[in-house]
Amino acid sequence: MNETDITQLWVYLSAKPLTGLTITLVAYAIGFWLYQKSDRNPICNPVVIAIALIAMLLKVTGTPYATYFEGAQFVHFLLGPATVALAVPLFRQTETLKRALPVIAFGVLFGSLVASASTVILAWALGASPETLASLAPKSVTTPVAMGIAENIGGVPALTAVCVIATGIVGATLGPMVMNMARLKDWRARGFAMGVASHGIGTARAFQVNETAGAFSGLAMGLNTLATALTIPFLWHWIFG
Amino acid sequence: MIAAFALILVCQLFGEVVSELFDLPVPGPVIGLVLLFIGLLIKRKPPKVLTDAADNLLIHFSLLFVPAGVGVVTQMDRLKGDWLPITAALVISTLLTMVLTAFLMSKLLPKAKPGERLEDGQ
Repeated sequence: MNETDITQLWVYLSAKPLTGLTITLVAYAIGFWLYQKSDRNPICNPVVIAIALIAMLLKVTGTPYATYFEGAQFVHFLLGPATVALAVPLFRQTETLKRALPVIAFGVLFGSLVASASTVILAWALGASPETLASLAPKSVTTPVAMGIAENIGGVPALTAVCVIATGIVGATLGPMVMNMARLKDWRARGFAMGVASHGIGTARAFQVNETAGAFSGLAMGLNTLATALTIPFLWHWIFG
Repeated sequence: MIAAFALILVCQLFGEVVSELFDLPVPGPVIGLVLLFIGLLIKRKPPKVLTDAADNLLIHFSLLFVPAGVGVVTQMDRLKGDWLPITAALVISTLLTMVLTAFLMSKLLPKAKPGERLEDGQ
């Protein structure tokens, strides 16, 4: 087969939704395999590996993102139902929630506000454009919700997705180190903070380190998703009009 | 299994409709999450098919972020233009949020039981 044949074959294949879908699953499988090989080192994040592999493939083959997304949308679609499904792990934490409800509610609201306010103020002071500010604001909540919020307040959902994932990785890799330096030793507080600041990726990390930390992280992540989705859009429209 | 997935989709659809109808800035799936959570609180003992369906959707939750994340290829110009504020916000604000929240919670939560604290040398 000469090069023209391969090019023609790719042009044919890349137009099929099956190709985008297959590439997504294969790239993630490779990422997950590497993650396990590295002894679950958070730097070898399967999502990052998959995104890098696919981005390189698109660049090399000159395939537009829209063509890839024709197929990948079937995976993307599941973000909505998966967000609804978060109600189940949240429900499993009902007992913990009942025992310290006022403290937990206050902690989530506090963390949610610190996360978005510090992000927006810092990025604004360093000269970020308004679209970038709106894309960054919801970066500490899980991707589908963050993208929904960003869209509502005038951000770019694709940029938000990238920032959310990067936030998770920063929190999962550097977070425990910084909390050690700050002499914060309560597993419940540490897990809670991981969930508030770095959503699902932080929660996955917290579970690996300590079960109590993991449970509090999951709880904080779920509640922070709600707190941020219910406050940021209103605050944003109120402050920026 | 089908009934469980249908229930999850019904919750989401309800959320989307409510969000659209009342022009709420809250994403539809979040309203669906709240609805399902309230349903679980009322029912107390969730059916196993539902918890299994939810667990299956969430076990590879991170896979679902890949298509959106690949969208980074469309954002290269913006990333290049705003790389400093973006990097600073990602690193400094995330770690600041984490330390402040952990500090607040370690002061407010009831006293830790044995095993709930990181011991020295661990």
